[in-house]
Amino acid sequence: MSEKVKLLMGNEAVGQGLIEAGCQIAAAYPGTPSTEILQTVIDSRDRAIEPLHVEWSINEKIAFEVALAGSYSGKRSVAVMKQVGLNVAADPFMRTAYIGVKGGMLTIVADDPGPHSSQNEQDTRLFCLQGRVPVIDPASPAEAKVLIPAAFELSEKYELNIVLRPTTRICHSRQNVTLGEPLKLGRSADFQRDPTRWAATPAFLPALHRKLNANLEKIAQEPDWQPRLTPSDNSQPRTALVASGIVFSNLVDLLDELGLTGKIDLYQVLMPYPLNPSFSETLKRDYDRVLVLEETYPVIELQLAHPGAVGKQTGHVPREGELLPDILHQVLADFLNLDQPVALPDERRGQRPSLCPGCPHRAAFYSIKKCFPQGIFPSDIGCYTLGMNLGAVNTVHCMGACISQGAGFYQAYAQDGDFPTVVVTIGDSTFFHAGIPALVNAVVQQARIIVVILDNATTAMTGGQPVPHMGIAAGGKPTKSIAIEQLVKASGVEFLETCDPYDNEQFEKLLQQADDYIRSPEGGVAVLISRHGCIMDPSVRKSQEATLIQINDKCIGCRKCTNAFECPALIFDEQNKVALIDQDRCIGCGTCIPVCPVDAIIKEKNG
Amino acid sequence: MKQQIIVSGIGGQGVLFLTRVIAQVAVNRGIPVLTSETHGMAQRGGTVLSTIKIGNFASPLIRAGQADIGLLLWDANLPVHKGLLKENGKLFISAEQTGEGERIDAAGIARLIGNPVLSNLVLLGFAVKRQALFCTSEECEKAIRQLAPQKFVEQNLEAFKQGLNG
Ligand code: SF4
Ligand code: SF4
Repeated sequence: MSEKVKLLMGNEAVGQGLIEAGCQIAAAYPGTPSTEILQTVIDSRDRAIEPLHVEWSINEKIAFEVALAGSYSGKRSVAVMKQVGLNVAADPFMRTAYIGVKGGMLTIVADDPGPHSSQNEQDTRLFCLQGRVPVIDPASPAEAKVLIPAAFELSEKYELNIVLRPTTRICHSRQNVTLGEPLKLGRSADFQRDPTRWAATPAFLPALHRKLNANLEKIAQEPDWQPRLTPSDNSQPRTALVASGIVFSNLVDLLDELGLTGKIDLYQVLMPYPLNPSFSETLKRDYDRVLVLEETYPVIELQLAHPGAVGKQTGHVPREGELLPDILHQVLADFLNLDQPVALPDERRGQRPSLCPGCPHRAAFYSIKKCFPQGIFPSDIGCYTLGMNLGAVNTVHCMGACISQGAGFYQAYAQDGDFPTVVVTIGDSTFFHAGIPALVNAVVQQARIIVVILDNATTAMTGGQPVPHMGIAAGGKPTKSIAIEQLVKASGVEFLETCDPYDNEQFEKLLQQADDYIRSPEGGVAVLISRHGCIMDPSVRKSQEATLIQINDKCIGCRKCTNAFECPALIFDEQNKVALIDQDRCIGCGTCIPVCPVDAIIKEKNG
Repeated sequence: MKQQIIVSGIGGQGVLFLTRVIAQVAVNRGIPVLTSETHGMAQRGGTVLSTIKIGNFASPLIRAGQADIGLLLWDANLPVHKGLLKENGKLFISAEQTGEGERIDAAGIARLIGNPVLSNLVLLGFAVKRQALFCTSEECEKAIRQLAPQKFVEQNLEAFKQGLNG
């Protein structure tokens, strides 16, 4: 076998596919399950033979707009995000459908059926149906990579943005993938001014809309993108299975295991939107019964309008969650009248995730909850969502929502008279992403809230991408750093303090001062920057003191440390009814010491 | 040849690395492989599961009762993931206590080598020695050399060898 075959994760395969297709502008905001796509482009940018600009943008809207102008200049470009990121980028995305692109442009949107790591399981294919954007649904990492150059060609042929939608099970699967030579397109930036298009006013839009609709009809008939039939020996006459994405792959293995390969006509839909009307006609003509299998919404099913089709609309396929092989088995058994699968044991959940041992967020949350037991705690998207386990996170909604929600809570309570202390927690990356307008708004609306910016100098949740105040861009390139302090001050905030949450006494003192401030006559928004590097960063670990921490025989087994602080390195010995420290996992940070009411957690002298 | 393997543990235990080593052996041998992995929030100490399918498969996911082999780095996951195993499937578990499946105190051995996370490779060696996996010890060593960070290669190999002797 050639050396060019590598074990690649779906996201790595997509990243390599982008480089090989001659993509020159790549912008993304990190988010599971999409993150490793841009990371791969960054790590492998030496493979590109032409100039390649890669950036971690501040948010998805910006990533999309940067990529869009790259395409206007005639170059191939890509914007990468997770499914909810498309909501942030929706504004430019929707208009782009009408206006179109020049150089090939792909928007890669990673969906998260389940969901595994998201606030919902929305289906980008349905978003594309609404936005009138063609969308491709790959069934494996290798297929996702192969489809990228073809998708760029399609984009250039029709001058339209094309969406590639992998799902978590594609993004985070590994497979043997073949690497190829990157294309040399030899393009230089060449923006052709055309105000009737690039700055189209309403007067020009009906014509552009008409053109879009005409193009969609043609794209639906593109021979390379038609549903692919695996024909059968007709042992199930006038019956067909229609599937797309990873569900198709799950189905292939299931049919094999059940001895049904080649026994029933099977279609893989590569491009769920726009669906060729003649495909619907074929299905109506040739089949009486059709089972449609797709994640997560019934996008193909809705377009088929087949009287004998069953799926999510008809209640034959679960409407929520992933169509995992076991679920498919049940659906297929019902559809084909097979032996019923054995009942599955109740799903067990296993260990819940928790902030890392020594995580600075834990110390901050513990102090917040301690200072304001009756407080309201809006929080946001990131590792720190896990502050929920400590009772210091009451709401989690979408990127940046916590500051505006905090302000809204204040308004709702204050109009009745007294108000509880609202402590908002937001990560540094989330603050830049969508927190700044919300902070300005809260100040202008005179909300009396405490905003704690959890600054760990990275986008920790997704594996440590740089943030604007670090002064480094994608791939470690030095750049200007944008200080959070200056942004906060410029937003009109008059109470601003910074503190390491490891110093719990000082941190709690500042929280009290912040509370006094918001309740004073001249009070408004108070900001406390909680600053300590992410513990996953080896340089942070190296730079901080690590002492041997132990629990001595004073422990009364009250479980305060294991329950209210819940560091994963603290375990409760159920036999002896005392707390213990798992020295394999403890990093010796000592933040648990103040938690114990009887001072049983101690630093060993010569640790 | 077809083989379906699950690797179960909690975030931070090196489940992903172990998954990659096994899959790399397949790639080196030129046979198709598919894996699925847990990323994101669950990696913060929560239960994680990888699946590995060796041979001609289309999907990386494993149906209940289909896995040939289970490698468990976290004993407490047994009730959660056991259902994926075939009735005659083989279980290899890193644990101090006795119980179901073939067990080794991989974390204890790894601790002596100087890095508790290497319990993943101790367990791999343990399973390879019992000829449960499709791969040989030489093949695993080669894959470890390919994937481990340069300065930890020897330590990683040591963990694997200790597992072989375990
Ligand atoms: S160490 Fe302290 S907090 Fe933890 S259980 Fe013992 S007495 Fe309670
Ligand atoms: S010192 Fe305490 S808080 Fe820090 S890692 Fe060890 S057990 Fe956890």
